[in-house]
Amino acid sequence: MPIQQANWSPYDNNGGTCVAIAGADYCVIAADTRMSTGYNILTRDYSKIIQLADKSVMASSGFQADVRALQKVLEARHLVYQHQHNKQMSCPAMAQLLSNTLYYKRFFPYYSFNVLGGLDSEGKGCVFTYDAVGSYERVGYSSQGSGSTLIMPFLDNQLKSPSPLLLPAKDAVTPLSESEAADLVKTCFASATERDIYTGDKLEILVLNAEGIRREYMELRKD
Amino acid sequence: MFRNQYDTDVTTWSPAGRLFQVEYAMEAVKQGSAAIGLRSKTHVVLASVNKANSELSSHQKKIFKVDDHIGVAIAGLTADGRVLSRYMRSECINYSYSYESKLPVGRLVVQLADKAQVCTQRSWKRPYGVGLLVGGLDESGAHLYYNCPSGNYFEYQAFAMGSRSQAAKTYMERKFETFTESSRENLVKDALFALRETLQGEKLTSSICTVAVVGVGESFHILDKETVQALINEFEIAGEEEAPANEAAPQDQGGDAQAGAADQGPTDQGVAPMDI
Repeated sequence: MPIQQANWSPYDNNGGTCVAIAGADYCVIAADTRMSTGYNILTRDYSKIIQLADKSVMASSGFQADVRALQKVLEARHLVYQHQHNKQMSCPAMAQLLSNTLYYKRFFPYYSFNVLGGLDSEGKGCVFTYDAVGSYERVGYSSQGSGSTLIMPFLDNQLKSPSPLLLPAKDAVTPLSESEAADLVKTCFASATERDIYTGDKLEILVLNAEGIRREYMELRKD
Repeated sequence: MFRNQYDTDVTTWSPAGRLFQVEYAMEAVKQGSAAIGLRSKTHVVLASVNKANSELSSHQKKIFKVDDHIGVAIAGLTADGRVLSRYMRSECINYSYSYESKLPVGRLVVQLADKAQVCTQRSWKRPYGVGLLVGGLDESGAHLYYNCPSGNYFEYQAFAMGSRSQAAKTYMERKFETFTESSRENLVKDALFALRETLQGEKLTSSICTVAVVGVGESFHILDKETVQALINEFEIAGEEEAPANEAAPQDQGGDAQAGAADQGPTDQGVAPMDI
């Protein structure tokens, strides 16, 4: 009898793409709303974005069951923080918490590719980008998910500081205005939708600024 | 309360069938500064007297937010109260995590009561020395519960605990029938009036009291000092209207003061340092 191998995986990939761009006093976080498995679409209307605190918003692509579990853990931990400190968590604090939470499951990871966006304690836009086990970095812009390979080079072209030879190399927050950044994001997704089969249906954009938070939707191709 | 040979251990019954340690724990609640609660069909108000140790120090926190829909006021050993509040917060968070809905108030108080009961039946523990007024809102409406160190709990329309709470109870006994249909503003005013009764003539200002509200469409929150002071000013002006009631009250209080003069001395000196 031939050797039998386990062929069950605890993970699945539900596809989708997330983007975040940091501005001088705002942050744009966006994700498509398509949820797939294999070559099928499960739903065209699933939000990958969650507001964790006043000034922290997380978008995650990957295995949505793990994403949801991760969101719940962070929500509960934020409540504990609020009870202990009598205030909301700042975005940099949430960034560290997310990293620690991901690394906690280093040997059975959350299959979740995250971008965390928000305003730092000075009111400036910040974006943090992660891998599945919690390695993170503050950047001026980032994308994760199935369309990230298409979007990231385009954002590098549009937003990266001109000369990589100038040291220290850093992604400054973009000088773009809020509406320009939102338009850029829409362009990114319209393009990614063309070539990535897992990205499409609808785009959900959140804009975080001193006044609060604004949500916008844009239709994307459904094929 | 008298010392006797059956009161050293919480696990020792007296011949009359009493657990003295538990009863002594309930005494600790009476020594704390006053806290009151009242509820209507849609709101619950908790209020407490916050006396500071001295002019130089801050005063103790006696009202805690447990969740958006539940808050608690404590009297007695405030350290015990703080620990129990942390437990309550943790239970609410875990319930929300598992069921993605709010922990019903009745379930929380049962868990709290069971936790208190454990301490009445273990020789290496002591009962919690704190009374808790748990006020909250859930699907079945607004609720106010009192949890005591014995592990008992009861639901109330209005309740007061701590030192000189009887004065507040008397006030509320007169008016409680109006509470169910009361508006939010009148409920807060009644809470302040009741709290004033416990001060026995001392001036009520927002610096010595704390008021918190939870209700339909209103998360549990503690009212800020300015709001409270504005409400106090509003009803002290209306104090004239309350004159007939006020005239009746001092006579009762005068009688009480004389009868209680003997008790007042030791009680005043012995205000539990755990709860000012």
